[in-house]
Amino acid sequence: MAAPIRFRDHAVNSGVEPVPTAELPASATASANDRGASSAPSVERVYRHRLPVRISHWLNVPFLIILIMSGLQIFNAHPALYWGDRSDRDRPLLSMRPMQTDSGEIKGITAILGHQFDTTGVLGYSNGMGRGFPAWATIPSGKWLAMGRQWHLFFAWLFVVNGLMFMAYALASRHVTRDLAPTKRDLRSIGKSIKDHLILRHPTGEEAKRYNVLQKLAYATILFIVAPLIVLTGLAMSPTIDTAFPWLLIMFGGRQAARTIHFIACFSFVGFIVIHVLQVVLTGFLNNIRSMVTGWFTVRHEGASHEA
Amino acid sequence: MKPERALERRRFLKGTLGAASLVALSGCDNLTQSSWFPGILGKAERLTETVQRAITPRDALAKEYHAADISKIFPANGNTDPGTEEYAEHVAQGFSEWTLEVVGLVKTPRSWSLAALKELPFRTQITRHDCVEGWSAIGKWTGVPIGDLMHQVEPLPKARYAVFHCADVDDEGIAYYESMALADCFHPQTILAYKLNDAPLDIPHGAPLRLRFERQLGYKQAKYVTRMELVDSLAGIGGGKGGYWEDQGYEWYAGI
Repeated sequence: MAAPIRFRDHAVNSGVEPVPTAELPASATASANDRGASSAPSVERVYRHRLPVRISHWLNVPFLIILIMSGLQIFNAHPALYWGDRSDRDRPLLSMRPMQTDSGEIKGITAILGHQFDTTGVLGYSNGMGRGFPAWATIPSGKWLAMGRQWHLFFAWLFVVNGLMFMAYALASRHVTRDLAPTKRDLRSIGKSIKDHLILRHPTGEEAKRYNVLQKLAYATILFIVAPLIVLTGLAMSPTIDTAFPWLLIMFGGRQAARTIHFIACFSFVGFIVIHVLQVVLTGFLNNIRSMVTGWFTVRHEGASHEA
Repeated sequence: MKPERALERRRFLKGTLGAASLVALSGCDNLTQSSWFPGILGKAERLTETVQRAITPRDALAKEYHAADISKIFPANGNTDPGTEEYAEHVAQGFSEWTLEVVGLVKTPRSWSLAALKELPFRTQITRHDCVEGWSAIGKWTGVPIGDLMHQVEPLPKARYAVFHCADVDDEGIAYYESMALADCFHPQTILAYKLNDAPLDIPHGAPLRLRFERQLGYKQAKYVTRMELVDSLAGIGGGKGGYWEDQGYEWYAGI
């Protein structure tokens, strides 16, 4: 049995939490590092995510899933999108409708800007019913607008309260300026970062301790652009709120435009979530999950002889 | 990695994800069907109402549009013809015998013939109708401000809601009705409309008299109105939730 590897423990972000000194049996890491390194590789634990961030993050998991799925239920009540203030039904930007072919077969047709796609089984027509999104994507699963609204408008409040608390914390604790805002150096390295992402080369060592530039931009965009946008466009669909804040309609180009932007923002969230979860899996699933649960993230420093 | 293993792993992942989403979805469906959970979800309505009323000036007007903005086709939703013999008779008479009664918690109950209502000062507004389904249509409505009628009947201090009784019934014979807070009756854009786009209201849009309650969703805009009743509680009327759609799970406060 090789000598145990010592952890160089230190809390990077905060002195609030205790700084444990831990030891791990070498067998846990030895196999990966046992490649004839001239100097011993070491494992460093960094305190990456503070408690308020972790709580807010995990609350958003059910909140967003429920909001997206109940939102699709609401969308299904009129599965078409428009620009401006009114719905001119002959000119939708997007629609998902069942259509009968000459042979009598019913197909689900999704039309985007006049281009038609056969999406039978998923969009427009699924499980023998004309409906925008299929039952597996909506809450409740059956067609039930009133209940979809109940879910959506309840969790919308929770999402907003959670979001405001996160914003207040992130600004006050300087989480935004320190961890999320890209630096000039970050921005200069953006080309390299894109290339690294494309070939799935992930930062290691010191570089892995902080968010890379694409990560920062993705988080900042979702937090400071898409999330406020989805809340404001949601509010712009309220006739009472439009009366209180007429600038919302002006800002988004009308109530139907706001509804369209709300939909696009929703799918920006879906896209973000897919890539985010994929990256979590690709860059060390357990380490990532652990760091979001306990705050502690493990960074491995390779031995000097094999630089990446 | 060997291809079989990759395949196996993919199958496992797919199965896990599928199962997880199924559990989540059926969990949500179970909650929806439970006796207690929708009651919790329903709490949001009161919060929304409280906040929206607090931040919206009492007399702030819903946006009024230009003639060019009017929808070429204004869809008619819900009941598009009451279909009763009584109503058919009114249609045959050109609604000459149609009356609007205002009763309940008022000092002087009154009724107006349609012709008498048309003699009263009127308001014309080009506004946006927002259906709960998600679509919007813009129309030009002309009608009597309900506030004017209220000043004539003088609501009693106890009165809290105005209930609108309508001439239409659904397939099961359940009468359509709606209600609003008494205070909303005094909003300048709250009118009983008898014209849409300068023409007398047609049957699908609620002839001869329908409510326009501009700051709330389409299902509040009661059609075929025959009677207004001022009450202190909505319990005991219809299903007790304050409206035909409300009795089926839609929010009474339809500001969003």
